Amino acid sequence: MPEQKLTGAQIVIKALKDQGVDIIFGYPGGAVLPIYDAIFQQNDIKHILVRHEQAAVHAAEGYARSTGKVGCVLVTSGPGATNAVTGLLDALCDSIPLVCLSGQVPTHLIGNDAFQEADTTGITRPCTKHNYLVKDVNQLARTMHEAFYVARSGRPGPVLIDIPKDVQFADGTYIPPTEVKHKTYRPQVKPEIARVEEAIELIANAKRPIFYTGGGVVNAGPIAAKLLTQFVKLTGFPITSTLMGLGAFPASETQWLGMLGMHGTYEANLAMYNCDVMINIGARFDDRVTGKLSEFAPGSKKIHVDIDPSSINKNVAVDIPIVGDAGAVLEDMIRIWKARQKRADQAALKEWWGQIDGWRARNCLNYNRTEAVIKPQYALERLREALRGKNHYVTTEVGQHQMWAAQFLPFDEPNRWMTSGGLGTMGYGLPAAIGAQLAHPDAIVVDVSGEASFLMNMQEIGTAVQYRAPVKIFILNNKYMGMVRQWQELLHGSRYSNSYSEALPDFVKLAESWGCVGLRATTVAEVDEVIEKMLAVTDRPCIVDIAVDPKENCFPMIPGGKAHNEILFGPEDSPSDATPEDGMVLV
Amino acid sequence: MEDKIEKHTIAVLVDNEPGVLARVIGLFSGRGYNIESLTVAEVNNADHLSRITLVTSGTRMVVEQIKAQLDRLVPVHKVHDLTDEGPSVERELALVKVAGTGDRRIEALRLADIFKAKVVDATLTSFVFELTGTTAEVDDFVGLMAQLGLVEASRTGVVAMSKGAAGF
Ligand SMILES: Cc1cc2nc3c(=O)[nH]c(=O)nc-3n(C[C@H](O)[C@H](O)[C@H](O)COP(=O)(O)OP(=O)(O)OC[C@H]3O[C@@H](n4cnc5c(N)ncnc54)[C@H](O)[C@@H]3O)c2cc1C
Ligand SMILES: Cc1ncc(C[n+]2csc(CCOP(=O)(O)OP(=O)(O)O)c2C)c(N)n1
Ligand SMILES: [Mg+2]
Repeated sequence: MPEQKLTGAQIVIKALKDQGVDIIFGYPGGAVLPIYDAIFQQNDIKHILVRHEQAAVHAAEGYARSTGKVGCVLVTSGPGATNAVTGLLDALCDSIPLVCLSGQVPTHLIGNDAFQEADTTGITRPCTKHNYLVKDVNQLARTMHEAFYVARSGRPGPVLIDIPKDVQFADGTYIPPTEVKHKTYRPQVKPEIARVEEAIELIANAKRPIFYTGGGVVNAGPIAAKLLTQFVKLTGFPITSTLMGLGAFPASETQWLGMLGMHGTYEANLAMYNCDVMINIGARFDDRVTGKLSEFAPGSKKIHVDIDPSSINKNVAVDIPIVGDAGAVLEDMIRIWKARQKRADQAALKEWWGQIDGWRARNCLNYNRTEAVIKPQYALERLREALRGKNHYVTTEVGQHQMWAAQFLPFDEPNRWMTSGGLGTMGYGLPAAIGAQLAHPDAIVVDVSGEASFLMNMQEIGTAVQYRAPVKIFILNNKYMGMVRQWQELLHGSRYSNSYSEALPDFVKLAESWGCVGLRATTVAEVDEVIEKMLAVTDRPCIVDIAVDPKENCFPMIPGGKAHNEILFGPEDSPSDATPEDGMVLV
Repeated sequence: MEDKIEKHTIAVLVDNEPGVLARVIGLFSGRGYNIESLTVAEVNNADHLSRITLVTSGTRMVVEQIKAQLDRLVPVHKVHDLTDEGPSVERELALVKVAGTGDRRIEALRLADIFKAKVVDATLTSFVFELTGTTAEVDDFVGLMAQLGLVEASRTGVVAMSKGAAGF
């Protein structure tokens, strides 16, 4: 059979199709015109035109996190690529699988300071899991397939392929994914069984155990989440999760203690502090979770399951490290637990639950339920009730509203909750919501937003309108960069330096200028009605401006550098007298 | 005990592809690890494999983290901690230029002989010596030459290999 020659641009499209890509988020420019031309001449892959390349990457993240598939991005050289950088790092920090294609100046001009030239592989090297510059069209197909493999395997992450324009025009040979095998990259999926057996013995003898799970369970897929639920129920142990792991274990179960960490619940943090056996599955001991390291779960033995060996013993030394995929490890754990007919120490567990129920009774998420002003927590409680039982996805921006959303919106399934955890990128939520909505056209997708974060990528309303993505932007408008204001209040003598949201637009009129629906609630009585109207809009985006209490702070809070048992519950607790200097320097 | 600083020699086998060295160096600078020396050259022409030898120091936890971070770079095939894995040989090569006349010149030549350094260039007023040895030997030699008219020294940094029959 004669070898079929394709242009580089055609090879790109064919490889995308063979990798199962149905949507690509992008923005055109001189260095990618051949690829845009090839996109024009086919119908299998839908291109979504964003309004800013950063948003293309966040949209692909929302798509990826809500589907479990690899998200796909296309940007031009120079400013197109540099605009994408924040999104790439966001995906790297949160382990989101992406492939980003960037155009580059023709090979013979590389290094000449050509028009719209940037050292894209150099700039993105520390912001990607891996990246490539393809100088030979005959390496293009292989590189594309490798990139998808690297992006989704092991600990997922973003991969960038920089493609000079001449390579997009050149004729070359296509090879299908089946013919590509990576030379070096083989992450360990199956755990060492001896280690799992050791872990099971420790688990079975625990007196005050806790599961601490994270985004790795979501990365491992919905089956891993099912297995987690099964194992947690088998043991009867309490479970908490990081911000990134919410939904892997159903929040409606009684064993669920809520999120842990800086803004986690009292019961979750105290159970961590007092546990004797900690079972970490797919979480990375982030500083927002551990607090003061020397006082992190001081009396505990720790099991850590992670697919990335570099996550193990990085911040916290553990007793039983298990390298492997969360799903594979949980499967072995359940099998061995059953085969050895293990049963938790019921008497000890009963006592432990008694202690935990005492902490629960503190009702740490309680807030001042007033009729005078809309409390952000109240608005989210009403949103929660309105979404109950409906097929929905939630994204967030970054700030107080994000933490309240994590505290007040319950998730019973993985892949339903999308937030920027590791990088904490304001402006993530709206494009991510568009990505999730395009992947799930019939679902309700809500971006829980702050007025300041919304302004960071609000141009994407245009994208949502163009593709009739009926995303709901639920702005908890406190007229402040609330999270910044909160830290200034607690740690900088209430000197609110540059954290007031001055000169805000009229969000209702803004919505109307795009032909969207704009709604506003300024009194408690209006909240339900506005939510109901918002959910009724199904053919265009809807922006909701909820005027919430500008003074409300997010509690509980463990100030930087403090231990899990040093929790602030509300405005009556002041950290200033006790916040150590080494805590002040923490972000 | 936890915080004792250890010095480790690590050998890394990588695909010799563009950017691979930048990845390794970027890892060290980005994460604030020490590099005391780093050498690299292709060792397998057919498969385009390069071997990097690096000497680094840190607490046990940091050294373990360095190895894990190196290992997760996509073009990395293998990471070996030669310091941990038993006896190994470590060598450096140095070129050392010394200028002078009279007694100082004679003394330099005598010391070179003791250190088994070779003369690879000579003029009436200068020598270039070639020396291989451990880092400490090279340090000693350069230190002595500093008193006898050292002009410059160029060193390769450490290359290392485990002892015995087993390979990488
Ligand atoms: C304003 C703000 C406040 C925050 N406050 C909190 C807070 O109070 N509490 C909190 O928890 N977080 C908080 N965060 C988020 C925090 O910064 C971290 O992003 C988060 O804690 C990390 O979650 P994780 O440990 O689950 O790790 P992730 O970042 O989700 O990483 C996943 C881990 O699992 C591993 N993994 C990946 N795939 C697999 C697999 N298949 N099998 C096994 N392992 C796998 C990875 O190697 C990695 O170690 C906050 C963020 C912001 C912006
Ligand atoms: C791109 C970016 N810049 C700055 C920050 C720092 N930051 C974190 S929260 C926050 C304020 C967010 O304000 P808003 O969106 O109104 O949310 P609120 O806290 O008021 O709910 C800022 C500036 C950030 N996380 N991201
Ligand atoms: Mg705000």
